[in-house]
Amino acid sequence: MAGTPEIAISLRGIVNRFGAQVVHDGLDLDIRKGEVIGIVGGSGSGKSVLMRTVIGLNRQAAGTVTVLGQRMDLLNDAERSRIEARWGVLFQNGALFSSLTVAENVQAPMREHTDLPKELMDELAALKIRLAGLPAEAGAKYPSQLSGGMKKRAGIARALALDPEILFLDEPTAGLDPIGAAEFDDLIINLQRSLGLTVVMITHDLDSLVAICDRIGVLIDRRIRVGTLAEHLKDEHPWIREYFHGKRARAAGIET
Amino acid sequence: MSDPGWVKITLGDTLATWVFGGAWTIDHAARLAGELSLPEAARARAAVFDLTALAQMDTSGAWLIARLGRALTAAGWQVETREGDPDLAALLRRVAETRDVLPAQPRPRSLGDKIAELGAGVEQVIRDSRDLVAFLGALTLALTRLLLTPWKLRWNAIFAHLEQTGLNALPIIGLINILVGVVLAFQGADQLARFGAQTFTINMLGISILREMAVLLTAIVVAGRSGSAFTAQIGTMQVNEEVDALRTIGLDPMDVLVVPRVLALVIALPLLTFFADMMGLLGGGLMCVVLLDITFGQYMSLLNQAITVDHFWVGMSKAPVFAVLIALVGCFEGLRVSGSAESVGRLTTRSVVEAIFLVIIVDALFSILFSYLGI
Repeated sequence: MAGTPEIAISLRGIVNRFGAQVVHDGLDLDIRKGEVIGIVGGSGSGKSVLMRTVIGLNRQAAGTVTVLGQRMDLLNDAERSRIEARWGVLFQNGALFSSLTVAENVQAPMREHTDLPKELMDELAALKIRLAGLPAEAGAKYPSQLSGGMKKRAGIARALALDPEILFLDEPTAGLDPIGAAEFDDLIINLQRSLGLTVVMITHDLDSLVAICDRIGVLIDRRIRVGTLAEHLKDEHPWIREYFHGKRARAAGIET
Repeated sequence: MSDPGWVKITLGDTLATWVFGGAWTIDHAARLAGELSLPEAARARAAVFDLTALAQMDTSGAWLIARLGRALTAAGWQVETREGDPDLAALLRRVAETRDVLPAQPRPRSLGDKIAELGAGVEQVIRDSRDLVAFLGALTLALTRLLLTPWKLRWNAIFAHLEQTGLNALPIIGLINILVGVVLAFQGADQLARFGAQTFTINMLGISILREMAVLLTAIVVAGRSGSAFTAQIGTMQVNEEVDALRTIGLDPMDVLVVPRVLALVIALPLLTFFADMMGLLGGGLMCVVLLDITFGQYMSLLNQAITVDHFWVGMSKAPVFAVLIALVGCFEGLRVSGSAESVGRLTTRSVVEAIFLVIIVDALFSILFSYLGI
């Protein structure tokens, strides 16, 4: 495989703009294989846009996206589809297909990308549902019958359907109660260790950042500053100081 | 990719060995599942799973191995695992420890279940009809209250809906009715010519368009255009919890969402029907000029002799009733949307079908009524 093996995702000179508003301007980012990276930033700083750029839902105005050693803009449809089978995405509200049951949601990517027999697909879907921390009965339910937390778990189960190497999470703990959020953090770190995932997580949850992220990328001034928590604590940029030294940061146990 | 997954099975007298190697991933899972079966004939009751040659494994591969392990244990075997890579062994343990994986099989439906479903369906229809009548009652109350205090009506919303349901529907209603007028005149002239009664084409044309065709076609087009839009608009608001938000700030969805739509349609549908009448007679007239060899002026005077103003009012009097039905069903179904985007689609379809069904039923009732009254 081409490219450097230890880097899962590499962004170079990404420019995104909507009309006159420039969201990203020459953004560079390297995400290593097997790490959990948290992406933070103020509202409107382009966290979701960045994620959508990597997974190809948003076309960047300039710059290159390299995922698992492949330049995304140079791939044809079949090659793209193969790369897409190697990542899983959890959208903010789960984005489950409302006309399918949870089990059918989990099976949807399997049907598209594999030729597994029906019975094995049923078993694998049930396994993913259990791995995501849902009871076995949840498989037969429709998304509208689930609570917000359960929807996110079902979304994780679907994102894990094809055993991806990279997992994108858009605000996985937003809207969960603190106990549910802590359980979700445990779930993610547990899956990440046992499945060897690379996790890219957009979050505002300082507890999650402290608990599970190896590195943190802060979107600021249309670029991203990546570092460990300790490095960010030394950063003199006013927004970063405010973010990691504010009242909520102290509540999350970040020592200054 | 690394080499595809393989398994080597050695069945000894006392010990059976499974050597797993290569990549046990979802890409190879379908084939590997076929290679793992319970050795029915084996005499051994002790098994060793050798994982040392495994290069790659994901949850699918781990599940296949764990499933075999479970089946063997259930058949009374002793299973021992020779672990290789610690990460892969940890994944296998995690998958093997996950309980309750086998999905519950749904019970096959018996005849009794089907009868019960039929009963539940009938009960649902009765309950829906009762709810619709209750909704009509609530609407009447709200309308009475608001018509007594007209300054509280939401005139902006009413005019916006008038534009959408009335003005914007003019082209399609006009086109359809011109064409129907043409078709009626053509077919009528053709059939009546056999009796030498071709001149009665104009009587038939005027009566059928004014009494039935124009108002019925207009109502059906409006049910498809605006009734569905009402359901989809209100249903989407329901999904976004906008309707609940209205209630929390002290606004009654009936006043804000339903009454303006009903009033707008009650104003728009008679106007559209009048327009449809004119277009239908125009289309029919053009055809008569061609077929009957008369001038348009002669057509007008023949039409004047053939019909009375009663025919016109019979058709027009149905329009506001149809308008209430269409708007009522559209808003009712919209407010019944719950939870998902899928239910918006389902209820929108229902709203159009119900509205057209009710329009035709009520039209039949009108026919009976008018024949009693001798109009």
